[in-house]
Amino acid sequence: MFKDMARLLITLTIIAASAGFLLSMVESATREPIKEQRRLQMIKALSAVLPEFDNAPDTDTVSLQNGVNKKGEPVQVTVYRARKGGELVGTAFKVIAPEGYSGNIEVMVGLRTDEQVNAIEILTHAETPGLGSKIAESWFKDMFKGKGLDNADWRVKKDGGEFDQISGATISPRAVVGAVKKGLEFFRKHKTEILAEGGKS
Amino acid sequence: MSLVKIFSKGLWKENAVFKLLLGMCPTLAVTTSAENGLGMGLATTFVLLCSNITVALLRKLIPAKVRIPAFIILIATFVTIVQLCMEAWVYGLYQALGIFIPLIVVNCLILGRAEAFASKHPIIDSAVDGLGMGLGFTLALFILGAVREILGAGQLLGFSLFGTVYQPMLLMILPPGAFISLGLLLAMMNKFEHR
Repeated sequence: MFKDMARLLITLTIIAASAGFLLSMVESATREPIKEQRRLQMIKALSAVLPEFDNAPDTDTVSLQNGVNKKGEPVQVTVYRARKGGELVGTAFKVIAPEGYSGNIEVMVGLRTDEQVNAIEILTHAETPGLGSKIAESWFKDMFKGKGLDNADWRVKKDGGEFDQISGATISPRAVVGAVKKGLEFFRKHKTEILAEGGKS
Repeated sequence: MSLVKIFSKGLWKENAVFKLLLGMCPTLAVTTSAENGLGMGLATTFVLLCSNITVALLRKLIPAKVRIPAFIILIATFVTIVQLCMEAWVYGLYQALGIFIPLIVVNCLILGRAEAFASKHPIIDSAVDGLGMGLGFTLALFILGAVREILGAGQLLGFSLFGTVYQPMLLMILPPGAFISLGLLLAMMNKFEHR
């Protein structure tokens, strides 16, 4: 009886330990490529939303606290700064739209120095394919170009604003429009900190 | 049973999706396009092949009482390896399949083959069984994904088929479309075979 138990324990322990060892090997082999993939993804998103730049915005950043989340923990927002010839040409940061139809929608917002949207990019979303997922199409994203807090009514048309909703899916565009607007408000509030030279990176 | 027979039964006669109706969660959830179906199928095939080989290798060492937890640890290990490798080298597919990769662990097809075949047969047979079953699963997911993509988006593997003439049946890409397409496919196959 005791011998049986011991055998079961030993077999399972050996299997679990070898599995753990194997996994740690794979993890260390893939750590660098995964980091690189994420960095490439970030650079791709940044190049899509920022005006032309010649620095590395993913290392020229400012970290700011923006309110607290539902658990009361502070939310950190990282602002990426694009420069050309040393001159600041735009900033980009991630906003999260929590009111999506299914889950959070993460949006990268790129702003020009005049506080107007240069472009936006949908980073992740889980909206309904074919309906809400159209927020990732270029006609939708292009609507935001050149819009700022002072020259646009930040609501979808159904709510009396000026942004086209998607037929069959009003919730997703509404969430994106709301999130971008909050992003613009965040930028205005923290403008001096964001534009300050040589923020911590 | 000859190796050819072991291999081919997974493709058709005991096809996991069309005949055994195993692994329905990934089948219905990820087949919104042919490409997703293919990716999920190949990832599952890899895990199934590895788990069948190791289970067959260790079948005499693992006591019957703890075989299920032992199998699950093995399967989970291979799934995590697949996930890490995909994220490192095929990032696009990783993003498309996202949350479904960890779910391969609980795909009953894999545990089912470990329990029903690999734990009772030698390594070569088990490897061939895993490969056949996995490719059969891949084939089924690809067919289902292709049908849904053609009807629901008017395209196949991302290429538009009908131009602007065709109004896509959006329903087919949504979750109900998965059930409808699978049901119709099964009905057609049964009709075809019982004739």
